[in-house]
Amino acid sequence: MNIQEMILILQKHWSDQNCILMQAYDVEKGAGTMSPMTLLRSLGPEPWNVAYVEPSRRPADGRYGQNPNRLYQHHQFQVIMKPSPDNIQELYLDSLKKLGIDPLEHDIRFVEDNWENPTLGAAGLGWEVWLDGMEITQFTYFQQIGGLEANPVAVEITYGIERLASYIQDKENVFELEWTNGVSVGDIFYQPEFEHSTYTFKESDTDMLFELFNIYEKEAKRIMESGLVFPAYDYVLKCSHTFNLLDAKGVISVTERTGYIARVRNLAREIAKLYVEERERLGFPMLKGEKNND
Amino acid sequence: MTKSHVLFEVGLEEMPARFLNDVEQQLEKNTKEWLSSLRLTYTKLNTYITPRRFAVTIENIAEKQPDIEEEAKGPAEKIALNEDGSWSKAAIGFSKGQGKTVDDIYFKEVKGTNYVFVKKFIEGQSTDELLVDFKKIILGIQFPKNMRWSNQTLRYIRPIKWLVAMKNTQVIPFEIVGVKTSNISYGHRFLSGEIRIDDSKMYVEKLREAHVIASAEERQEMITDQIEQLEKEKGWKVKVERGLLNEVTHLVEFPTASYGTFDEKFLDIPSEVLITSMQEHQRYFPVESLSGGLLPFFVFVRNGDDHAIKNVAKGNEKVLRARLADAQFFYDEDQKQEIETNVTKLNKTVFQEKLGTIGDKTERVKKITRLIAERLELTPQKIMQAERAASIYKFDLVTNMVNEFTELQGIMGEKYALIHGEDPAVAKAIVEHYLPRHANDNLPESTLGAIISVADKLDTIVGCFAIGLIPSGSQDPYALRRQALGVLEIVKEYDWDFSLENLLIEVKEILIEQGIELTNKEAVVQDLVSFFKARTAYILKELGVSTDLTEALISSELGNISFMVEKAQILRKRRTEEAFKEKQEAFVRVLNIAKKNESPSNIDNTLFENKEEEQLYNKWTEIKPKYYNQLENLQASEALNTLSELTNSIHEFFEDTMVMTENNAIRLNRLNLLTEIAKGINAFADLTKVQWKQQK
Repeated sequence: MNIQEMILILQKHWSDQNCILMQAYDVEKGAGTMSPMTLLRSLGPEPWNVAYVEPSRRPADGRYGQNPNRLYQHHQFQVIMKPSPDNIQELYLDSLKKLGIDPLEHDIRFVEDNWENPTLGAAGLGWEVWLDGMEITQFTYFQQIGGLEANPVAVEITYGIERLASYIQDKENVFELEWTNGVSVGDIFYQPEFEHSTYTFKESDTDMLFELFNIYEKEAKRIMESGLVFPAYDYVLKCSHTFNLLDAKGVISVTERTGYIARVRNLAREIAKLYVEERERLGFPMLKGEKNND
Repeated sequence: MTKSHVLFEVGLEEMPARFLNDVEQQLEKNTKEWLSSLRLTYTKLNTYITPRRFAVTIENIAEKQPDIEEEAKGPAEKIALNEDGSWSKAAIGFSKGQGKTVDDIYFKEVKGTNYVFVKKFIEGQSTDELLVDFKKIILGIQFPKNMRWSNQTLRYIRPIKWLVAMKNTQVIPFEIVGVKTSNISYGHRFLSGEIRIDDSKMYVEKLREAHVIASAEERQEMITDQIEQLEKEKGWKVKVERGLLNEVTHLVEFPTASYGTFDEKFLDIPSEVLITSMQEHQRYFPVESLSGGLLPFFVFVRNGDDHAIKNVAKGNEKVLRARLADAQFFYDEDQKQEIETNVTKLNKTVFQEKLGTIGDKTERVKKITRLIAERLELTPQKIMQAERAASIYKFDLVTNMVNEFTELQGIMGEKYALIHGEDPAVAKAIVEHYLPRHANDNLPESTLGAIISVADKLDTIVGCFAIGLIPSGSQDPYALRRQALGVLEIVKEYDWDFSLENLLIEVKEILIEQGIELTNKEAVVQDLVSFFKARTAYILKELGVSTDLTEALISSELGNISFMVEKAQILRKRRTEEAFKEKQEAFVRVLNIAKKNESPSNIDNTLFENKEEEQLYNKWTEIKPKYYNQLENLQASEALNTLSELTNSIHEFFEDTMVMTENNAIRLNRLNLLTEIAKGINAFADLTKVQWKQQK
């Protein structure tokens, strides 16, 4: 099964569970969690079910396309369901079966893993799902986001697409994975991996990046004052990615690092609060369906 | 009549393995206490736990509580009776309130007063009615980490999926967060499904049929047996670490142990790395040959049966291969890095925001090491080794391997140091400086390791105190208490007899020299001394020294622990000896009066008025050098004997001298004389704290 087929199967599976199929969000980010479709929409009382593929950039993991397991950019398949359905584990296991992973032929476990993202003031409890000893999915019940208590609780399921594919296709090297008929991950991503690594570690303009961080932060703060949640959040994402580029280049000392993380976290916290306020002002429009059902 | 059998089972999404032992213990304890508070008898109580459930069964439980007859006490007789002898309103009200009439009243004397009483019969409630309260046992279990889910407000270990509550064949009805009790449970997640428990007695068997071994103990035995079987078949020795065995037991409902293999070339990686990779990251058991030494195999435990087990092994091999390939890469890369390059990198690694980088710490530890080495009068060669060790002792923190496997800090340091041709004594000090890591851990075997360990810990402790990070209550994020204990244990074991207090002062100076801003400049040494004294008291207590003697001993300077123990042994003997009574009374009297001296100053021997005070002064001056010398040489018994030479002079002094005389100058001078002697006594121990036990 190639990656494209995997994605189609997962999309169909979660679409059948009434998830909105979203497309990847168009601002760079380190994880699917950071998409506003997860981070902001998980907040507040409105129900929210969504699934999407998210290209996730981790500049520090760039290896010039030389490491068989590490990538500057990998892909996550992200599912959010709020409130978390009671049969969420079963829904997830069904999706594995549809990917051809028969639990009777394997050893599937839910191993405790508590997730925390200090940059986003977010924390959750849950598991990493092991398939024959390999972590293939992060499974988290959000408890706190942007410093706010999550209520109702959203559950987040994050499949590592390349990890899962390397298992399904029985390949050792991520670049040998088949994306679609006759096209490999290497065909598509080797050049960007090499170039992004080169840019991140050697060519990036450090002074410019530091300047950009400040500019993005300033702009986020400015438009937050006008109550423009989503544009402000885009600038927080830009801050976060810029920080990741600087951090990967090793130009931020450990002491400064804490300071930068705190700056992003403070922005995320304020935006989280602002988002809930704005939704409330709009009368939590997505609660409508719920009320009709009552 | 057949007795009843009760079953409660709580089904959950997978609980964290590390909490299960404790949850099972709480379940047993709380259920037993609950049944005893209900006065419900039973013959046996069993608890069960797997990742997805915890359960308790109660065998032969009574059908109802025993009936009881109770006396209820009412008002006193004089209030209960009107003047004409008829029942007062109070008496009528009391009997009514107890569901009785005045005819049931009788009198009884309590502490000289007659009160009215009625006998109350309380019929025992039926067990059926009481068992629904098990809900509060379920909700009362304490978990270290709780979560919420869906729309629920309950905070619990993981979402509750089902509840089974049965007495014999009947369901005991209650519900928690919308989940109702029933007789439906669930078997193994993949090998079974929904199962009906027709009779609570059949619980364990029903689960077994559904591929769930409910008893953790039984699962653990199965794993052990299966591993032994593999050992026999293959001629292996499987390294079974207890903590890991326990964790694996709690990760599976139906265990099947099997094995996988990895490429022999990975055996070139240090075995500690391989073992950590297998144990910590993958929960595998490493395999050794019968003669010792790792083999390229590992044992894993599957949650399920042996169907397609080769497939599972293949998957696990793939994961381990990727991990070991990473480790191999790290090991090769790390060896290419010069130690000095790594040491330079430490200047960029923060130790603590206010205490600077690890590089700054290394500079301080080098100086502290020198201070200790001088005090121990090491040979020049040893001093060189100590300084070398202190200047590189943290270099492995910036290696790839330690970045990936933090638990290998020190261990990799030693290996890489040897590869780069460092002196083996220096390399050993790098790994040993982490010792002792916890209570009852090994201490460094080499003096060099001991010195670096103490220097490193003192720097952390003094540094944290200096910037106001002082442990309080359960707050001790830098584990300073444990580190201080480590310092004292090493000092004791190595019989280092230099003054720790002086060393603490010098460490503080080193911090100041480096430009660290002290927020706690004034009190820091005093705080540190009482902190170390509290740890000393702890060690003395562990060594069996009684509380009063401990207090007496730690009141003096922060001292040598072995010496304190010796002093404690002497005092333990003396305090019951009739012959010592006269001496101790003299010392205690001096100590008590000296406490009244508010501004001690020098003794002026021109102010002596009578021969007794002159005699005491002369005697003290005579024995003083010898006494302090003996203390310094840790001759406890001899020192106390020397001190005892003062006994007669002290008694005669108090007989004929009025210390608190009207004349200011003379009174102060006498107090100063006693203060000076008191200081001497206190250097041995504060004898006012000792509980003397001679016959009266």
